[in-house]
Amino acid sequence: MSATHANPSSASARETTEGTVYTVTGGDWDEVVAAAAKADDERIIVNMGPQHPSTHGVLRLILEIDGETVTEARCGIGYLHTGIEKNLEFRNWTQGTTFVTRMDYLTPFSNEAAYCLGVEKLLGIEDQIPDRATIIRVLMMELNRLSSHLVCIATGGMELGATTVMIYGFRDRELILDLYELITGLRMNHAYIRPGGLAQDLPPGAVDQIRAFLKTMRKNLVEYDKLATGNPIFKARLQDVGYLDLAGCMALGVTGPILRSTGLPHDLRKAQPYCGYETYDFEVPTADTCDAYGRFLIRLEEMRQSLRIVEQCLDRLEPGPVMVADKKIAWPAQLALGADGLGNSLDHIKNIMGTSMEALIHHFKLVTEGFRVPPGQTYVAVESPKGELGVHMASDGGTRPYRVHFRDPSFTNLQAVAAMCEGGQVADVIVAVASIDPVMGGVDR
Amino acid sequence: MTANGNGVNPEKDLNAENLPGRRGDQGEAIRVQRGMFGANNGGDTTGYGGLVRPVRLPGQANRPYGGWFDEVADELEGALEEQSLLPDNAIEKTVVDRDELTFHIAREHLPRVARTLRDDPALRFELCTGVSGVHFPGDKGRELHAVYHLRSITHNRVLRLEVSAPDSDPHIPSIVDVYPTNDWHERETYDFFGIVFDGHPALTRIMMPDDWQGFPQRKDYPLGGIPVEYKGAQIPAPDQRRSYS
Repeated sequence: MSATHANPSSASARETTEGTVYTVTGGDWDEVVAAAAKADDERIIVNMGPQHPSTHGVLRLILEIDGETVTEARCGIGYLHTGIEKNLEFRNWTQGTTFVTRMDYLTPFSNEAAYCLGVEKLLGIEDQIPDRATIIRVLMMELNRLSSHLVCIATGGMELGATTVMIYGFRDRELILDLYELITGLRMNHAYIRPGGLAQDLPPGAVDQIRAFLKTMRKNLVEYDKLATGNPIFKARLQDVGYLDLAGCMALGVTGPILRSTGLPHDLRKAQPYCGYETYDFEVPTADTCDAYGRFLIRLEEMRQSLRIVEQCLDRLEPGPVMVADKKIAWPAQLALGADGLGNSLDHIKNIMGTSMEALIHHFKLVTEGFRVPPGQTYVAVESPKGELGVHMASDGGTRPYRVHFRDPSFTNLQAVAAMCEGGQVADVIVAVASIDPVMGGVDR
Repeated sequence: MTANGNGVNPEKDLNAENLPGRRGDQGEAIRVQRGMFGANNGGDTTGYGGLVRPVRLPGQANRPYGGWFDEVADELEGALEEQSLLPDNAIEKTVVDRDELTFHIAREHLPRVARTLRDDPALRFELCTGVSGVHFPGDKGRELHAVYHLRSITHNRVLRLEVSAPDSDPHIPSIVDVYPTNDWHERETYDFFGIVFDGHPALTRIMMPDDWQGFPQRKDYPLGGIPVEYKGAQIPAPDQRRSYS
């Protein structure tokens, strides 16, 4: 490597077979621009990320730009790969939810629900899941759709410089995180949905608090319309940006709001209902603009529809069990809040330690060994806020998953970056990526 | 589907297709279970230590498959015949399990079958949800499985294609030119399982670093990890703990 400048703070350049490569350090942009201007062509390759505030986490975008025009866009991913799928193979089936909730950390309940529906299908106990558990699953998944879309709109706004949208989005998401904390004990990484049902029932007062939230949220949602929907600057930045039509979506396997922005009302909650979605009254919003603005409008409308579903869930809740009756599958613990946090209830401890030897053996075997799942494989898909979240799981008849593969919508949708950005302006890359709404925890798993 | 109070499904249990310890030689043996409880370390004092049971995956289904499965199978066979390809050569096996349809496809015919499934108006599986690998070290000659799920939005159906390749020759044709979405999915499966998708435009690692050695999701690849001390006790790494599989 031969430095062409005497100044130590300036960009060093070296010749490669791909052309001149400049290594940029702080404070020498003028010289870089001057050196680039002297080159034969205007082509510059910019590395955006992996540490960049507008790439939604550790996404690396490799942009080849000619002036202000992006001529080639590629993604570098894998910076957040945590080997969750491999780890699942070394834990029992119930422990799996603890891992999958961390994949796409903005849609934990969709991940948990997809995983648990898969385990239940392999076990053949889909019909035995108590109604209350299923309704609470739907409730949590729809609250999750709200919180995920709020982050999408908030961070998307921030990346445009619309910090008010960001403040509003995170303000409203905080209300939902408070509900999560009330119901599951945690703001993230809940592991609340378990194979066979739920970790625990709704705590006292939860229904009232959710109803109060619905009221607040209905009022707050209007503010996004007032602030952004008709705003000429916001529209100018989003309209006709990140264009991807139906043929492009089909070829690239893109689902979710991006697919619905092409006018196709494909939503797994309607097409292949799970958790009883066919009994809820809601609509699948679409747009026909194929652009980032259409996706924004769809997300806003989906949040309104989610509020409708949450309300219907609350109306349907009847007292009852939240875990399958089969004691060979149902987790034996009864959780209660103690002085040192949430744990097994004293009644349960008293029963297994003092009264019933069989209950102790049962508890011990189920917790240390886990239950066996008959051999075979299944594919279960749910409509996560970002698109089709599919789980392919295979069992070899053991107490641990043999293989679990998550088809995360962010991973697949991110492939559309090149199709959306090439030929556009550099500034529009930010908008296009924001409209895809990738979460790297889900992309890299 | 009906189920009685014990969680036993009489329809399914009659032929014992889905039970872990079922007898007979139906289906594909993927491993042999020894002992009653699966623990592989520590003494087994139960008296069941000598028990040997093969574990089998659901086997070949017989016609009628039920529902729309027969229609799709007929259409696919007809469409392959029109292309002067004997269906029996392309479709090695058809499995119906848990209300899901799986075609096991001979690997050399995968691109043709995928294209037919996508383009035939009666099939129209326009969306591929990617490929997932599964490693069965005990399934000699077919150790590496690539599993594709195809979704038809037109007909609202999902089916599964399963293709296998031996460890010694881990090659499967790429279907990126049929389903461009499989670009990253095939790279991921290559990265984790070492399945080489012939014809892929740029088959490189996607999650692991470019210079990584080995294929992490294979069963002979260790999970790794170190023992941790917790409240004075040593907890072994997850892959060193007692397992009951």
